[in-house]
Amino acid sequence: MATSLPNQNISARKRPSRQAWGRVIVYALLLFWTFVSLFPVYWTVTTSFKVAADVTQGHLIPWVDFTPQWRGWRSLGLSPETIGQTSTVRDEFLKRFQNSVVISVGASLLAVALGSLAAYGLSRFQYRFGKLGNRDLAFFFLSQLILPPVVLAMPFLVLYRELALLDTRIGIILLYTLTVLPIVIWIMRDQFQSIPIELEEAAFIDGASIWGAFFRIILPIALPGMVAAFILSLVLCWNEYFFAALLTSTNANTLPVMLASQTGSQGVNWWSMAALATAAILPLAIVGILLERYLIKGLTAGAVK
Amino acid sequence: MSPAPSVTASAAPVRAAPDPARRQAIGRGLFWAATALLLAAVLVQGLYSAGLTEVGFANWRPVLYAYVIWSVAVCASQVLRRGQQGQRALFVLPALLFTLAVVVFPTVFGLFIAFSDWNLSSFTGRQFNGVDNFVAMLNDPYYWNAMGNMVIYVLAVLVQYAIAFGLALLLNAEIRARKFFRVAFLLPFMLSPVAVSWMIGKSLMEYRFGPLSQFARLLGWDSPAFFATPWIARASIIALDSWVSIPFIMILLLAGLQAMPKDIMEAAKIDGATGWQSFWKITFPLMLPVSVTAIVLRIIFQLKLADIVINTTAGGPGGATDTVTSFIYREYRDRSNVGYGTMLAEFYFVLIVIFLTVLLALINRWMKRFPTT
Repeated sequence: MATSLPNQNISARKRPSRQAWGRVIVYALLLFWTFVSLFPVYWTVTTSFKVAADVTQGHLIPWVDFTPQWRGWRSLGLSPETIGQTSTVRDEFLKRFQNSVVISVGASLLAVALGSLAAYGLSRFQYRFGKLGNRDLAFFFLSQLILPPVVLAMPFLVLYRELALLDTRIGIILLYTLTVLPIVIWIMRDQFQSIPIELEEAAFIDGASIWGAFFRIILPIALPGMVAAFILSLVLCWNEYFFAALLTSTNANTLPVMLASQTGSQGVNWWSMAALATAAILPLAIVGILLERYLIKGLTAGAVK
Repeated sequence: MSPAPSVTASAAPVRAAPDPARRQAIGRGLFWAATALLLAAVLVQGLYSAGLTEVGFANWRPVLYAYVIWSVAVCASQVLRRGQQGQRALFVLPALLFTLAVVVFPTVFGLFIAFSDWNLSSFTGRQFNGVDNFVAMLNDPYYWNAMGNMVIYVLAVLVQYAIAFGLALLLNAEIRARKFFRVAFLLPFMLSPVAVSWMIGKSLMEYRFGPLSQFARLLGWDSPAFFATPWIARASIIALDSWVSIPFIMILLLAGLQAMPKDIMEAAKIDGATGWQSFWKITFPLMLPVSVTAIVLRIIFQLKLADIVINTTAGGPGGATDTVTSFIYREYRDRSNVGYGTMLAEFYFVLIVIFLTVLLALINRWMKRFPTT
């Protein structure tokens, strides 16, 4: 064998070392990018436990070059000693947190409900609204993605003032629903198209109505897609800043608005900023990590055929 | 026509109410009653707010309720009048009525605002001023400067794409702990841009104590000011934005790589292709459709870039990092002139639509010419 195929033999002998080097490089690059991705988060979380000297001297590793303290969390009223006491900062934070939860969950639920229905209709039936057919309708919904938020921001400012919706949760929910609706429709259309139409036909023969078949047969199958759309919407709504900054002031502002207002003021200390940033990103980061599977499913829907 | 409706059509007469004419009448009556209600609400409130009548509501909220009632009536009358066909329309109608109310109306209303001088903080109210805003826009150097920055930010997407492709290839290689790496790489995408602005822009890159600045000093850069000179500031903003958005492209490309047929790669290996050759001859061409999707989506999102700029540099130094959105945001915050701001925004929107239309047309032509796809 070796004599008959000299070329292959050489490459076979060379391969182990080259492959080993390749693996080293691959893992080195992977670890490097893991560091790039995680270090800012690590830095923020650890800084919330630092005192001034630790920050200025560039201490990085807890218990090795600095002793963790509850400084940042105390200023938020969330450290072990202060958790039982009253704290205006904590009340403020919890109010913003509650706003963020209500608004992002509300908008995501509304978008998933409206978007799933529309996506199902578009994937199954032929519509005609005047001259507009299914393709036009789908394009109309998806093209909302292109609309930059600034175009809507100022008309909404004026309209919401007239409608008394300025600085209300419901006003922000409506706007967020709109921003994620095209994404939900995109994901759910892909989801419904992958479900064979024979399932409904069988249900119709058994005497189910259109809506009966949808709720009893199709919805359970499409549930993973709906969860994916919901998680992706949740991430986008939780992090949204632009509309919230313009359209809320005291009642309905969300965590990003609170965070931004703190960033602007000079007197705020690093540790309390770090604690606030940690508290703002952590809930969603945990949700995202636990449900990462769905997030990826949502992101990649329709991209690969 | 899909096969499902033909099956249901036979079931329809059984389920339909015994008196179709009466259903028709009820449906039509419902629709017109709701329309009359909506028009009456608009009329009453319009006259009241114009100061012509004494009777009206404190704000326009009742008109919104009237629209909601009208929407429900439209849906109900569809079902009553058109039976099965109406039930099908019921799937798409809520989203349609919602989008019409929340997008089309404000956008048209925005056009109306754009041609007026309207300072929300002054008492004079809205004044029609024709094309004044448009002329002012043409002569606004900061607006066009922001527009120029957008070109740079959009081009940066290509760099992000190259890095994301590399990462996707790494994740697609035969590695251990793939799930850990994937979650770690995806994490920046889940974080709020405002938080990222502080975490990286204002603290890691802080001039005195930021670890990144100290690291830069270690490498020999004496005054690591990341946001002081125009080009370095732009590069820093792009770096921040890339950190958040590379995972998005990466995940799309990774899905594309995993969907690629394995046997083609093995055939290439047997034929003796090197890794470099098989990437350019096989992987890259096969990945073109996914790549185009990822890049176009990213460009669409990039055109909305604002949060990071507003919270890190506020457009500085001297407007070097301004995006159109952040510029209009400040324009509104500083002068609260909604008329001029809306004109800037609507014009930007028109440019975006033209740009994306041309881009998609070019991509379509180019993809058709490509031999492997």
